Amino acid sequence: MNRFDYLRPTSVADAVALAAEPGSAYLAAGTNLVDLMKIGVSRPARLIDIGRLPGLDRIDWLPDGGVRIGALVRNSDLAYDARFAATFPAVAEALLSGASAQLRNAATVGGNLLQRTRCAYFQDTASACNRRHPGSGCDALQGENRLHAVFGWSERCIATHPSDFCVPLAALDAVVEVEGRAGRREIPLDIFHRLPGDAPERETELDGADLIVALRIPGASAAFSRNARYLKLRERTSYAFALVSAAAALDLDGGTIRGARITLGGVAARPWRARAAEDALAGRPADERSFAEAAGIALADARPSGDNAFKIELARRLVARALALALAGTPAVMPALPASPFAAAAGADHAA
Amino acid sequence: MSLSVSLTVNGRLRTIILDDPRVTLLDLLRERLALTGAKKGCDRGQCGACTVLVDGRRVNACLALAVSLDGSEITTIEGLADGDDLHPVQAAFIACDGMQCGYCTPGQIMSAVGLIAEGRAGNDPERVRELMSGNICRCAAYQGITEAVIEAGRALAERTAPSERTERSLA
Repeated sequence: MNRFDYLRPTSVADAVALAAEPGSAYLAAGTNLVDLMKIGVSRPARLIDIGRLPGLDRIDWLPDGGVRIGALVRNSDLAYDARFAATFPAVAEALLSGASAQLRNAATVGGNLLQRTRCAYFQDTASACNRRHPGSGCDALQGENRLHAVFGWSERCIATHPSDFCVPLAALDAVVEVEGRAGRREIPLDIFHRLPGDAPERETELDGADLIVALRIPGASAAFSRNARYLKLRERTSYAFALVSAAAALDLDGGTIRGARITLGGVAARPWRARAAEDALAGRPADERSFAEAAGIALADARPSGDNAFKIELARRLVARALALALAGTPAVMPALPASPFAAAAGADHAA
Repeated sequence: MSLSVSLTVNGRLRTIILDDPRVTLLDLLRERLALTGAKKGCDRGQCGACTVLVDGRRVNACLALAVSLDGSEITTIEGLADGDDLHPVQAAFIACDGMQCGYCTPGQIMSAVGLIAEGRAGNDPERVRELMSGNICRCAAYQGITEAVIEAGRALAERTAPSERTERSLA
């Protein structure tokens, strides 16, 4: 780890002013940043510790029935907030399917958005990576790339964004509140992360000293609370990143779909909102046939970036399954294995 | 730059002067306070061997910069027993044979203490396994670990139940 200066401002304004100096990075819980500093991927000259900034650790309910989540709210505190989990259950399920209990206790919601990719070539400083070192090339293109993107990638970068949390957030029209040198502004979550294009090193819409201060989910998105799921396929049962994941939510009028939301995770450098598939479901009967067609539409433009064509079929099936489970209804109790399509019956002991 | 960090570690206030902000909570405990119960397994938040409680919540000590925790209360495996009386979670790990080599055990036990305090698993082994998934056991003593967590949860609930009954009868 490189040496750095450590600063602990006491207000958002002071933090933003301090972070304007090149080489600065914000530190919240550090669960991702400290790890990346240990392996030399991140080398900030100074850390601006925002972990104690006042007023950023609150969950506030808004007059429209929506919620404003302070950037420093811990993942576990948000997931276990009873009103939040009842109103936006797919978000709670996604949070609890991510990382480990220890990490969820520390990691903040703002930090979750700013997680860096888990691409092995990004993490290995001996490899070429345009995201980490612009212009150096992309060793993932001809390398071990079965976990890489099938949407929105470029020849410069095929990495994915690893967040579970962001997937249902994008589906539910969440907005990111940002404080910068020019004041406060808002960025829709589903375009907050940039696609790589010619400049994969620009990972988000944030500039320089911009600080995430909160997330908002609009009250209108609470219409999906009774029929919302997050499903996540992993290579082991727990404590693993998604191979592919899907958030699916339905607003039903009897047996007819009034509105639908579908977003895929683990397939692109941002959570991948499938708007055409959502539109195709509006006004249709809520049945397997509609779900299969919507899943086909959701994956229609996907293309492999390497040895990962299997992810396209996997994602297509997962979308159909997530929609079917959303139709079955939000579980009354959080499943023992959140987001798992392979959940055992409650109380089952499969240790022989 | 010299930094002062005050932590209440296992009930005792400790003020440590750091000449370098890079020191993690884990390194501070092990190298500066000689509390070597928390282990440095992967040092990247993947194995859970470094698990301690910060203000009552289980976290990975290897991923937290010590300076950022100034003013916090830390509980490590060394702070669990009451003299020679083991904490119920420690006793349950022995009774249920929840270990083989023992390297991951301090982290497992601290994680279990946190899990029981969180109150999300009940007696469901599936929930216990899921909520203990941040602690890896290379000897694969998971069967005993799961039993120990459930057993300890029961023991702690029984321990607190009588006083709750008293409170209710007073109310």
